[in-house]
Amino acid sequence: MALENAEVSSVIVEANEYPDLIQRYAIDAVPKIVINDRVELLGAQPERAFVDAVVDAVREPIPTTQEP
Amino acid sequence: MLLSESDRIRVKQMLGAMVNPVRLVFFTQSLSCDTCVPTRQILDELVTQSDKLSIDERNFILDKDAAGTFGVDRVPAVAVVAGERDTGIRFLGVPAGYEFSTLIDAIVAASTGQSGLSEASRARLAEVASPVRIQVFVTPT
Repeated sequence: MALENAEVSSVIVEANEYPDLIQRYAIDAVPKIVINDRVELLGAQPERAFVDAVVDAVREPIPTTQEP
Repeated sequence: MLLSESDRIRVKQMLGAMVNPVRLVFFTQSLSCDTCVPTRQILDELVTQSDKLSIDERNFILDKDAAGTFGVDRVPAVAVVAGERDTGIRFLGVPAGYEFSTLIDAIVAASTGQSGLSEASRARLAEVASPVRIQVFVTPT
């Protein structure tokens, strides 16, 4: 996906070498995919699900209405 | 030698699909990095299998500008550059097992410019207009 859009970067991390990242992202199984620290996927994903997750990660959150 | 003979043959076949040159910008340091040397060894073996593949080694401690340019904050790290274009693809840690085959795939994809994604996926990705950082955590087995 990084090849298709210059806004997208991807990093493949050998988790065992970085215990701080295992802790930070609560990695107890691999592969685990974390997108913009917002969206997480566990396990190998079909292409469509992966693209959905990327699009979701940059979607603006729907503002919640507040009671007066 | 870290790659078996059969692995080397397979890697050479896969890298045979390369079209344009790819440079692996490799960030390393001499101290406090147990996996930097084995990573370099693996990359050294890789580049012998294609004349379109090269290594550009940078010292993470001494070349802070390059580390900043490539967004590298830990080592060992590999940035995949196709021609003069930074693909935005990075590898952290020793490229062994699953990470190794993913590195080969990334090199070939960067070299051909073909991501292998469907047209529908490419169309959706083209609409992404904000930075996206995908981190994929794997282990060698």
